Amino acid sequence: MQASTEVSVQEADFDLGAELAQLSAGRADVGGIASFVGLVRDVNDGSGVHAMTLEHYPGMTERSLAEIVEQAKSRWALLGVRVIHRIGRLMPSERIVFVGVASRHRGDAFAACEFIMDYLKTQAPFWKREETPEGARWVDARETDDSAAARWERPAEQGADGTWDEVEQRR
Amino acid sequence: MTKVNVLYFASLREALGRSGEALELPAGVATVAALRAHLAARGEAWQALGEGRNVRAALNQRMAGADAVLEAGDEVAFFPPVTGG
Repeated sequence: MQASTEVSVQEADFDLGAELAQLSAGRADVGGIASFVGLVRDVNDGSGVHAMTLEHYPGMTERSLAEIVEQAKSRWALLGVRVIHRIGRLMPSERIVFVGVASRHRGDAFAACEFIMDYLKTQAPFWKREETPEGARWVDARETDDSAAARWERPAEQGADGTWDEVEQRR
Repeated sequence: MTKVNVLYFASLREALGRSGEALELPAGVATVAALRAHLAARGEAWQALGEGRNVRAALNQRMAGADAVLEAGDEVAFFPPVTGG
């Protein structure tokens, strides 16, 4: 059966239970669902954070998320994928991102969920701006996010589209 | 004449005081890297695009390397490394 895919970029919050239930709704071949939920922390880099605003690149955001999901589906046997990323101003403890993956066996679901998050962190055009007592500041990208994404690269695929190599060279 | 649409996001948009511009490419500016150098040469705030600054680019809404070739009507975006998720 064709895996169903849905990507949403939205200001509104989402219903976790409903999203998880939807991943196996009306089918009995799903053996497991792995999910990740990202939340706004009230502390980052030693400063209190009382709000965060997420900016994005409309059009490219949806396209890049859809491409990441397609890559995941080509690598693992997935029965359903759902990615939701919120934009706009969010308060501590609010949900930022949801990734849910349904598959026959847990291995595929766990791996694909982590892969999607690692790629989303380095490829999807979102930017966080934090409001702290010292003023507003843009969040810096972390080296650890790049290394987390890089571990999924396979030798046969490296440089296949040129993007990774060239981005690396420009550092 | 090669006209492209240039977009700026996040801290770069703030530093430059604009979210984008339509730009006619001068002769000899044919790649993402050349466009970036051309913009950085405007000086002052535009040095945020200068060599050594951590800037990424997208061409027609896909991540692009420095050597990506520009064509009329292209959408080029410059932005800091992404921080979503």
